[in-house]
Amino acid sequence: MSLAEGVRRGNVRATAKLITLIENHPESAVEDLRALHPHTGNAHIVGITGSPGVGKSTLTDALAKRWRKDGARVGIIAVDPNSPFSGGALLGDRVRMQELATDPGVFIRSMGARGRLGGLARATHNAIRVLDAGGKDVILVETVGVGQSELDIVQTADTVVVGLVPGMGDDIQSIKAGILEVADVFVINKADRPDARRLMMELQTMLDLDPEKGSAWQPPIERTVATTGEGVDMLMAAIRHHWEHLTRSGELEQRRRDRYEAELQAVVEDYWRTRFFEYWQREGHWEQMVEQLLRKETDPFSAARRLLTPFLDSESRRVGL
Amino acid sequence: MAEQPIRVLIAKPGLDGHDRGAKVLARALRDAGMEVIYTGLRQTPEQIAATATQEDVHVVGLSCLSGAHLELFPRVVQLLREHGAGDILVLGGGTIPSEDISVLKEHGVAEVFTPGASTQEVVEFVKRSVNL
Amino acid sequence: MFDRDALRNLEQQKDEWERGPVAKTLEQFGERSEEFRTTSELPVERLYTPLEVAEADYQRDLGLPGEYPFTRGIQPTMYRGRLWTMRQYAGFGNAEESNRRYKYLLEQGQTGLSVAFDLPTQIGYDSDHSLSQGEVGKVGVAIDSLADMELLFDGIPLDQVSTSMTINAPAAILLAMYAALARKQGVALDRLRGTIQNDILKEYVARGTYIFPPRPSMRLVSDTFAFCAEQLPNWNSISISGYHMREAGCNAVQEVAFTLANAIAYVQAALDAGLDVDTFAPRLSFFFDAHNDVLEEVSKFRAARKLWARIMKERFGAKKARSQMLRFHTQTAGSALTAQQPDNNVVRVTLQALAAVLGGTQSLHTNSREEALALPTEDSVRLALRTQQVIAHESGVVNTVDPLAGSYYVEALTREIEDRVNAYIEKIDELGGAARAIEQGYIQREIQESAYTHQKDVESGERVVVGLNKYRIAEEPPTNLLRVDPVVERQEREKLVQLRARRDNARVTETLEGVRRAAAGRENLVPRLLEAVDAYATLGEICDVLRGEFGVHQASVVF
Ligand SMILES: Nc1nc2c(ncn2[C@@H]2O[C@H](COP(=O)(O)OP(=O)(O)OP(=O)(O)O)[C@@H](O)[C@H]2O)c(=O)[nH]1
Ligand SMILES: [Mg+2]
Repeated sequence: MSLAEGVRRGNVRATAKLITLIENHPESAVEDLRALHPHTGNAHIVGITGSPGVGKSTLTDALAKRWRKDGARVGIIAVDPNSPFSGGALLGDRVRMQELATDPGVFIRSMGARGRLGGLARATHNAIRVLDAGGKDVILVETVGVGQSELDIVQTADTVVVGLVPGMGDDIQSIKAGILEVADVFVINKADRPDARRLMMELQTMLDLDPEKGSAWQPPIERTVATTGEGVDMLMAAIRHHWEHLTRSGELEQRRRDRYEAELQAVVEDYWRTRFFEYWQREGHWEQMVEQLLRKETDPFSAARRLLTPFLDSESRRVGL
Repeated sequence: MAEQPIRVLIAKPGLDGHDRGAKVLARALRDAGMEVIYTGLRQTPEQIAATATQEDVHVVGLSCLSGAHLELFPRVVQLLREHGAGDILVLGGGTIPSEDISVLKEHGVAEVFTPGASTQEVVEFVKRSVNL
Repeated sequence: MFDRDALRNLEQQKDEWERGPVAKTLEQFGERSEEFRTTSELPVERLYTPLEVAEADYQRDLGLPGEYPFTRGIQPTMYRGRLWTMRQYAGFGNAEESNRRYKYLLEQGQTGLSVAFDLPTQIGYDSDHSLSQGEVGKVGVAIDSLADMELLFDGIPLDQVSTSMTINAPAAILLAMYAALARKQGVALDRLRGTIQNDILKEYVARGTYIFPPRPSMRLVSDTFAFCAEQLPNWNSISISGYHMREAGCNAVQEVAFTLANAIAYVQAALDAGLDVDTFAPRLSFFFDAHNDVLEEVSKFRAARKLWARIMKERFGAKKARSQMLRFHTQTAGSALTAQQPDNNVVRVTLQALAAVLGGTQSLHTNSREEALALPTEDSVRLALRTQQVIAHESGVVNTVDPLAGSYYVEALTREIEDRVNAYIEKIDELGGAARAIEQGYIQREIQESAYTHQKDVESGERVVVGLNKYRIAEEPPTNLLRVDPVVERQEREKLVQLRARRDNARVTETLEGVRRAAAGRENLVPRLLEAVDAYATLGEICDVLRGEFGVHQASVVF
């Protein structure tokens, strides 16, 4: 039985193995991903982002439980940073999802970002596909959250939930630039703390001033206490509402089209890059070229051209590469 | 960065809250380039086995200082086998009397580290056994 | 404290000494290390003289024993009057077995009892709960109901002993059981002496036996303060513990800092609950670790006393001297013991115990040599107790009060620790107090950082641990360790079945409802708990009710 077949049958071990393969040897996972592709596209992919400690994991846990109550099958991918020094990582998000561990309707995977800076791991995207094809109805994706760009989650999720907390330096002035644009739903977590209301009003004012105001979707602001589950019903309703909006307005299809386009581009780039470096990094050619640059024996443009030559067959020469 | 990091689950089955050793070890493994999943205190064997399977770890490190290791460690091994994940290496650590070590090994625990074992010994053991 | 001219002369003299004989010796022999540090990484000079303590003011910084700021001890005569309470922490298996161990210890000259509970009891599960499997009676005695308490103290009149109970999250319930038992024995509550640990904050940080979230837990603490202040005037309503944080890896400075920060949080919570500081503060007690670095530990205890006196007087305006006194229990450092060459531990424990006595402890537990491996046997416990008795009766250190005072090194170190602790407390205040600092993981991270550094130093050999990373021998692992018979678990379960059949279950339901209502409202919970335990409601049943009202704490692991 191939891993893809295992995934389709809901086999946990096969699902886990395939994700590992995607993380470590993506090229070897291609066959399985191909086989799964027709079965993807059903899950609602929800990204949960926000600064460290805002309660992303706790919210993810609370949301997953809420969805489970409705019988939905839930996949969770939680990404944490790797140490730039050792490459290792401490993946601790599951601590807040303990009760979900033994729920057969939930699959949780922790991932190291492995050097990637966009908030997710390189493998996250395809891991989501795996869970999607495995029949999950909702896939919650917790980003790294460490003051990085939100690019990845926007390209990956259907609905992006941005978490903020009162009194944690998350006052309105310091809200990361760009976060307003990515949010489909805002959640002010730790609403049990003072100033939650104030933060909400400030945020509302800020949204009202937004030039984008008047577009079809106005990001709602929900308030939660993730640790007790307070407000989570409303948050889930808002997320679902956004999903309905996406499907009804045709925006879902537009987003997915954009996403496939970006993905196709990435796959192509990746394909070339991998082949290129595999070829040149053997036998020290790459270092030699750098050395020559250093000694001014060549310039970067000529060097690049020389390095690219073996990859250009007659056809590509024709199109001017 | 290693092409394929070793993944390890460090878990504390049982009710004791002494996680100094588990946390120090988790950090040492991280600093040795591994991806370490840490799930905190009071894990049931069921939670540990399910987590290990979903996370597709190479190794599960169990730390228990309450004396309940004979009940808990073999149960984790057994559950992993039931999940079709019997190949995941299970290591034990804690205040474990020497007579118990052979019992645990008979029940499929690959190695047991007792007080005074260095984190480097564990790192080496994991690297050797996983042998990627 | 010193004459200015004398100091100037000394400074010159010391300077010459350093440039002369010292420089010459260094040239010839060098020193063993570039720099010397205490266990807690405080720098240690080659020599301490009046110059290093020139800033000290005797009246302000030391004072007399029994007087503010209590640096030299909380009591005018200290051990010349009465020795410390020798209190060995014990308990395992079931109540009957532990009862036998207590009676044995009392016969051997121990002067106070210290009850260790098993983990299910500490976390509020009955012995028949699924999570209790494998844990019943393992690290302490299993107590499910008042019936077990009756067996535990069988033949021990509660007005004759002082009893310390290491219990935190369900401390109020165990206190209620103890009080209910006293009533049954015909002992008036105001005659009860002892301590409940009742220190929940450090459970979130280090020890891990929490049940409820911080807020209701703090309420339980305040409720016990109020109840004790009213009904058990001789009972220590809390033992604010640095021990477990130290064992989790922090250093001496952090131990004092985090303990006092937690203490401040408890006092504040009680004040917020409307109590008057001088009603409950006299019953606050502390619990510290004694490590190997003898002089650092002595300085730590002295600094802690002084700091607490200042905090109580200046921050909280406590007026009674007793409110300002830091009374503490000490346990020798379990984490400093090695599984290798366990006999070496006897020597370590001796040094640690000596430090505690020189530091003026009120009571002391000495660890047994095989504690790194298992529960101690009766022989080892006796040896550990004898260690205290030798210090008490043969070493001579007990004959004068605070004998190390005036040592230039000890005074300088006391001061250094004090300053560093103050810096930590300021930082924690900035974070919004101990509870917030814990919630944000600050204290946990500090502890882990120290623990990890320590481990790396041991593994690199930079820090020598005799028998572990130096002077090793080939040795067989020890055998004949004490084990708890697994049959205990079965027996305890059977006892519960019988209890539930025997007791008046209508009364149980009714009193549990009383507990629930009190928990939902604001009245003091302890009287309702007393009713419930008196009706033989089990610990697990009561905790389930409280879990229903309060919720459970979700651990926050922080790296
Ligand atoms: N008071 C309060 N605390 C909360 C709430 N939600 C989460 N927390 C606490 O906040 C801390 C951080 O929560 P996490 O869920 O780990 O936050 P996170 O955003 O996933 O953190 P990282 O993954 O480290 O970025 C934990 O101690 C939680 O218990 C809330 O609504 N109220
Ligand atoms: Mg998280």
